[in-house]
Formats: sequence, C-alpha cells, structure tokens
Amino acid sequence: MSKLLEIRDLRARIVGGRDILKGIDLDVAPGEVHAIMGPNGAGKSTLSSVLAGKPGYEVTGGSVLYQGRDLLALPADERAREGIFLAFQYPVEIPGVNNMYFLRAALNAGRRQRGAPELDASQFLKAVRDKLKLLDISDDLLRRAVNVGFSGGEKKRNEIFQMAMLEPKLAILDETDSGLDIDALRVVSDGVNRLRDANRAIILITHYQRLLDYIVPDHVHVLSEGRIVASGDKTFAAELERTGYAHLGTAA
Amino acid sequence: MSDLAMTEKPEPAADPLDALVQGGGDGYKYGFVTDIEADEAPPGLDEGTVRFISAKKGEPAWLLDWRLKAFHRWQRMSPPDWAKLNIASIDYQASTYYSAPKTGTGPKSLDEVDPELLKTYEKLGIPLGERAALAGVAVDAVFDSVSVATTYKDKLADLGIIFCSFGEAVREHPDLVRRYLGSVVPQGDNFFAALNSAVFSDGSFVYVPPGVRCPMELSTYFRINAAKTGQFERTLLIADKGAYVSYLEGCTAPQRDENQLHAAVVELVALEDAEIKYATVQNWYPGDENGKGGIYNFVTKRGACRGARAKISWAQVETGSAITWKYPSCLLEGDGSVGAFYSVAITNNLQQADTGTKMIHIGRDTSSTVISKGISAGRGQNTYRGQVKVMPKADGARNYTQCDSLLIGKKCGAHTVPYIEVRHPGAKVEHEATTSKISEDQMFYCQARGLTQEDALSLIVNGFCKEVLKELPMEFAVEAQKLLAVSLEGSVG
Ligand SMILES: Nc1ncnc2c1ncn2[C@@H]1O[C@H](COP(=O)(O)OP(=O)(O)O)[C@@H](O)[C@H]1O
Ligand SMILES: [Mg+2]
Repeated sequence: MSKLLEIRDLRARIVGGRDILKGIDLDVAPGEVHAIMGPNGAGKSTLSSVLAGKPGYEVTGGSVLYQGRDLLALPADERAREGIFLAFQYPVEIPGVNNMYFLRAALNAGRRQRGAPELDASQFLKAVRDKLKLLDISDDLLRRAVNVGFSGGEKKRNEIFQMAMLEPKLAILDETDSGLDIDALRVVSDGVNRLRDANRAIILITHYQRLLDYIVPDHVHVLSEGRIVASGDKTFAAELERTGYAHLGTAA
Repeated sequence: MSDLAMTEKPEPAADPLDALVQGGGDGYKYGFVTDIEADEAPPGLDEGTVRFISAKKGEPAWLLDWRLKAFHRWQRMSPPDWAKLNIASIDYQASTYYSAPKTGTGPKSLDEVDPELLKTYEKLGIPLGERAALAGVAVDAVFDSVSVATTYKDKLADLGIIFCSFGEAVREHPDLVRRYLGSVVPQGDNFFAALNSAVFSDGSFVYVPPGVRCPMELSTYFRINAAKTGQFERTLLIADKGAYVSYLEGCTAPQRDENQLHAAVVELVALEDAEIKYATVQNWYPGDENGKGGIYNFVTKRGACRGARAKISWAQVETGSAITWKYPSCLLEGDGSVGAFYSVAITNNLQQADTGTKMIHIGRDTSSTVISKGISAGRGQNTYRGQVKVMPKADGARNYTQCDSLLIGKKCGAHTVPYIEVRHPGAKVEHEATTSKISEDQMFYCQARGLTQEDALSLIVNGFCKEVLKELPMEFAVEAQKLLAVSLEGSVG
C-alpha cells in the first residue's frame, strides 16, 4: 500500500525557541489508525500543529510528504482543502458566526478545490441530517455560534461532526478524549469508528490509554521529548498501561 | 498620530473641494473631465454663489432667504476641532459650489471605465447594468433605473406616499418642506450643517401619510444619477402619525470622481406612533493605501421622535471615505419614544473615522439602544464618540450602550469616548465597552477548515458585526458583508 503520509526526521520549534520536535519518523497508509501517546509536554500538539500548518512554528529539518507532495510547502488552508483535518485539543470560539454557516463555508472551500459543485443550503442541510445521527448532536448546537458557550464535550463532539462532514483523507485528533466523561467518550469514539474507512487515515493523539479501548488503533507510538521512542501494534497500548512511559526514556 | 499622511497638504489639485467640477484629483485620472464651464458657479463662496445656486434651481424666495440666512451663520462659524481626526485644512474659497448634473459628460461605455473600478463592482456582486450606472456611464441602462424609480413612484403615490428629489419636493410640496426643513437640524447646528443649508444641491424627500405602512424599502439607489449631482445632499423624511417606513441610503461602490468634501444633512421626523428605519451603507472612495485622496465625509444626521411612542432606528455600515465625521442621533421628545443606533465602522490603511450617536432623552419613558462595532486595520484610526443625555423631565429613561472595537494588526487604533449626561436621578444608563484583537487562533482555526486567509478574516469580522448586520434589510446585509471583505483586503498576510 502506498503511503499517505511520510514523515522523515522532522525537527521543529516555536519560532525563536528551542527544538520541540527532534527528529520524528512516521509512515501512515490510507485506512490505518495510528495512536500517538506520550506524557504532557512531549510535543504531541506541536506535531499536529506542524502537520496542520499552524503559523508560529519553524521546521528546522526533515521532510513531510503527503500523497507524495511536500506538505510543508503548502499553507494551512490548502492542506485542509487537500484533505487534512485537525481536531483541535482546544477548539476556538468564533462569536457571531453560525456553526452551520461556518461548516458550509468550509465544506464548499474543499469542494471548490476538488472541482466539485458547491452545495446549496438545502443539499447541505440534507448532508448535515445524515451525519447528525452519527454523533448525537442536537440541532441547537448547530444554530449557535461556532464553539461559543459549548461545554467541553460539545466542543469535542462538534470537532468530530466537522470531520464527518468534511470527510478528510487524514484526520489528526489531538486529545479528543480529554475532558470527556465516559458517556461522551463513548459517543465520540463511536462517531470516529464509523468514520474509519479504507481511504481514510487517522492519527489519534492521547495521553490516556482509555481512548484506545474504544478506538482500537493499528499502530501505537510513544512520543517523548520530541522523538518517537517506541512503536508497536494495538497490544502495545495495554502493555504501556502496565509499564508506563518512564522506562522508555528518550532512546535515540 | 502625527505620522499620518492626512496631516500633510495633499498634492496639487487634490484639495478636497477642488475636484468638485474641475476634474482635479481622481476625477481627472478617471476621465470625467469635461468642459462644463457654462453650468458652473464661479469658484469661491459668497452671497452671490448662494443666489446663483438658488436661481439655477428656480427656487422660491423663501428658500433663497433660508439659504442666505444659513450662509451668514456659516460665515461666523469655524470647523469643529473636537473630533479625533487629522484633517488637512480646507480652502472653502478655492472651490466651486455648483455644477450641472454630469449626465452625458461621463464615459460613453464601460470600456472607458477604469478596470480596477469595475473589478470592485464585480466583487460586490453588482449586476452589470448597475455597474454601468455607478461608474457614471451615460448609457440607456442608467436611464432604465430611472424609469424603474418612476414606476415605483406611481405605486407609492396611490398610497399617498411622496418619494421624490428634494428639488421636486420644493416645487410640488412646498408647505411640507417649509414646515419641516431645518426643524431637526437647525441651520446653525454645526459648521457643516450650516454650509449644507447654504449650498445644498439636491437630495431626497419622503413623506408617509398617517397610518400608512410603506410597502417597500425606499432607496436612493434608484436615483443614483441625481445623487451624483452634488456633495451637499439634503434628505428630509417625515413619517406622519402611525406611519412606517424603511429607508436605505447609499452607494455601495467607490465614487472615484468625487474625491472631496461630502457634507450632507439628513433630517427625520417621526410623529406619534410612527416608525422610521434608516439604513446606510457608505463606501465612498477611501483614498489609496498611502492616504492620498478619498472623501471627507462630514454628515449631520438626526431624527426627532416628535410624538408619543415614535421610533427611529439608524443602522450604518461605514467602510469608505478618508475621513468620516458622523453622529446619527435621536431626539426622544415624545413620551415612550424609542431610539436606536447600530453601527459598523471600518478603517483600513490611513482612513479615520470619528463616529457615534447622540441619544437625547427628553420625554418620559424614553429608551435608546446603541450598538457600535469599530474595526481598525492598517493604520486606521477609529473613534466611537457617543452622547447619552437624560433631561430633567425624562422619568423612566433608559439607555443601553455597547461599544466593541476590533483591532487587526498593530499600527491601528481604537478609541471610545462616551459622554454621559444624566439630569434625572431615576435614569438607567448602561455602558459596556470591549476591545479585542483578531486572534491568530481564530484565524488558524478557520484556515484549518480550508478557508483562505481573506475568507477567514471576513468571516470573523462579519461575526463580530453580527448584531448590527442583522438590523439591516436582508438584501443590504448581503452586500454589506461583501463590502466588509473588500474593505479589509490586504490587511492581513
Ligand atoms: N506557545 C508555546 N510557547 C512556548 N512553548 C510552548 C508553547 N506551546 C508548547 N510549548 C512547549 O513545547 C513543548 C511541547 O508542547 P506540546 O506540543 O503542547 O506537548 P503535548 O501536546 O505533548 O503535551 C512543551 O515543552 C511546551 O512547554
Ligand atoms: Mg497537547
């Protein structure tokens, strides 16, 4: 299977700071689910930010190929339109902007890029109805401004709802499980599981093994101090649960 | 603010008033120069000029007297200097105050119009025929829109509604004009109002009879040609007892040939139980990125709620002009009358805006709402200046003011200057103000969903302005949204 994402010796830092990512290697093929685990401050969010193209980061070495193209050369919005989706650890509030309106703008931006016709209001509504069932999201949430006044759980659910609508090729879920109670975790995980697809890869970032009971990954990696220090299959997560990260150290 | 280019005298021929008919400034650049000497007043402003204008318009003696009185007041006045604006001094004697309508003197076809200008119209989604009209092209399309206006006029006449040019109103409805002209904005109200009263060119007149609900939005849009005849328009709008009218004003396209002072006066009168909604989208030419050129927009707008339970609401989207000096206000005279002011003002590049409102509570149980959204980008300076005044007899008066400023970039400024004068102990006056920056996190969140930087900015700004935009008539709101995006072009990245 050809690779969707190939990360080679990726080094990056916040502009002007010290390197946070110190040589990441990771290959992701379509259909695969990779979990990236690791302690707080390991660089997990930095990795997702760099992949999504967040300004303020500086790549100091290495390369990232996405569908064979140099991902790092693309601006964030183009990466998104090319099928990369980042579910934010802390989704951002946009006052006064209707959630549905926002989503439709996003969806149509991607469709324009692919040369697909834009969805009009009624086509869009139909698509929304289909996906809503997936995530147990109330109509009310759609009528409100983007993330404004949403509870932590609602924000995370909204992220996955966006993912369902945008149908990315590569979804990066940054701590989507954090702040969720067990019921919400189940709903969100069910949603993600339904979005698993042979043509879609998912990178699950978490520091709790708990999430992996619900979304079972194909591969598990441990990120520590800016490097992937250990990798394994789905059983590796359970092993980590017992042994912790500490003994893995910061192997080269 | 000493680094602003506005403090310097602009290049020769770019004197704000110079381009009035001389084809100075951008008027020259875009090919609107024509030999129209025969229809011009001699440069300068004296009693003779005022008489010349009045005679040209064939006005009755009472109106000439009224103008002259205003002129004599104006001579004794000086321009206001309290606004937070840097204004190059204007030589009022170097200008020309009357010119015949430009009909037939503009470009002959769209091919002759500056392509940049057409591109802007296109971005605004203005249909081709209207684009031609806006660019001042003397083609049949323009006159089409005039006949459209006439069609509506007949329909309105059936209901007893008068909607016509100011000049026509003077001829056809002199009693109404005489009764209300200057009754809300007295001639001596301020320097620019006095100037307007002396030399006003034309404008709109609306009268809605008792109990009549005007069935359509009235708009100056249909009379774009007439509006182009001068920079000193005068609008007078009267809603008689129990009447309702919604009025849209403005041109949503740059007027590059009018690179000068624009000093309009708008007077609204709402009698008992009447309601007036007045919306403006102002997008006069703002000048270039270096602050060259652009309109000086010094406008006096005021409405009087003259009867009990009368309502007046102002909604404005101000994106254009080099300088905006504008305070649409409400005199809440009638008991239980209601005033509202909803405003979005954008300043980009070197634009300056000093805008706000005055809510004067005179009657009992009067209430007012002020929502102001100021957006500053580039080196723009944006000031909200608002007054809430509660008079001693205004039992139960209430005001709520919310003033939000949004900064884009680091070189712009936002200022909030509220004046609160309460002479009644029971008045309830609330003022809230916030200043925020467009957050990088918001921008990135939008971009991470596929929106371009421009679309992201426009979305966030529109969200910020939501409470005001929803006060605009539907079709206007869409235009206003596009306008916000166009106005902020180049302010990020
Ligand atoms: N905005 C920031 N400014 C400075 N340092 C930061 C910033 N964000 C993260 N860091 C630092 O970068 C390192 C990695 O952080 P992060 O990628 O958020 O880790 P994780 O997501 O694995 O918890 C940490 O040492 C953190 O303190
Ligand atoms: Mg993190």
